[in-house]
Amino acid sequence: MNKQRPVNLELNTISFPPSALVSILHRVTGVALFFALLLVIGAWASSLTSAESFASVTELMNGVIGKLLVIGTVSALTYHILGGVRHMFMDMGHFEELESGNNSAKFIIGLWIALTVVMGVVIW
Amino acid sequence: MVTNQASIKRDGVQDFVSLRTTAIVILAYSIFMLWFFVSTPTVTYEVWSGLFSNLAVKVFTLAALVSVMIHVRIGLWQVLTDYVKPHNVRAVIQFLLNLIAFAYVAVGLFVLWGV
Ligand code: HEM
Ligand code: HEM
Repeated sequence: MNKQRPVNLELNTISFPPSALVSILHRVTGVALFFALLLVIGAWASSLTSAESFASVTELMNGVIGKLLVIGTVSALTYHILGGVRHMFMDMGHFEELESGNNSAKFIIGLWIALTVVMGVVIW
Repeated sequence: MVTNQASIKRDGVQDFVSLRTTAIVILAYSIFMLWFFVSTPTVTYEVWSGLFSNLAVKVFTLAALVSVMIHVRIGLWQVLTDYVKPHNVRAVIQFLLNLIAFAYVAVGLFVLWGV
């Protein structure tokens, strides 16, 4: 492979249009979800062992840190789903132009923030 | 074009399709869970363990966990090949992450077995 290609990692000098933001967030939430599953599957596993451990998991989930973790996980999942669905629309040939791509990007960011607020209020 | 079915080397089209089909399974499971939480007034231990003692829910849960394993096997590989260039380092990280993903499925299997 050609190793002489230029590399520019001065990220603050690179413009970040909505489509780029949506793309990197999809990656960040995907990786974050993988690690969040450690907690989710751990909580799920112990919640099903006995009524007592179910009670202690619920107690943890009702604490401040527990609620923040649940909201964070749900929010990351919501974002990753919205980004994933947008991906699949693009696979079918939609939103691939500069303008429609940026518009669909702004749309899912707005929807994500709105859904996170709603779910955040409900969970809290 | 000659396609070698016995080849271990993964091909991109298969990865593309697998990533998306597994995404749809996980999406369906997420919607199912959301529906459960929204439609159940109070989630008690009885309701919760009752849910997972249902055979269909067991199968669905296991399908979702296996889908996550396949999804991240491909997804995390995409991420790692972008950022971790030395292939021996990447192989080690990839192995550890895939081990965790496998553990998710194994834990799920034993939990569902016991409910
Ligand atoms: C990613 C995984 C999870 C998500 C997305 C999630 C999401 C939610 C949502 C949206 C609610 C509704 C909040 C409300 O109606 O007030 C809820 C409630 C609840 N969750 Fe989870 N949850 C997850 C994992 C778990 C686990 C592992 C347990 C095991 C103990 C659990 C136990 C409960 C209980 C007991 C409630 C009812 C709280 C109440 O009715 O006051 N959840 N969850
Ligand atoms: C909790 C479960 C999930 C985890 C841990 C996860 C993780 C990941 C990771 C790490 C990637 C690679 C990101 C990249 O290459 O930039 C990825 C890609 C992707 N995910 Fe997920 N994901 C999950 C659920 C979902 C769901 C429910 C959907 C459905 C909408 C979805 C749709 C996608 C799509 C379409 C891609 C491909 C993006 C691309 O080609 O660049 N994922 N996921």
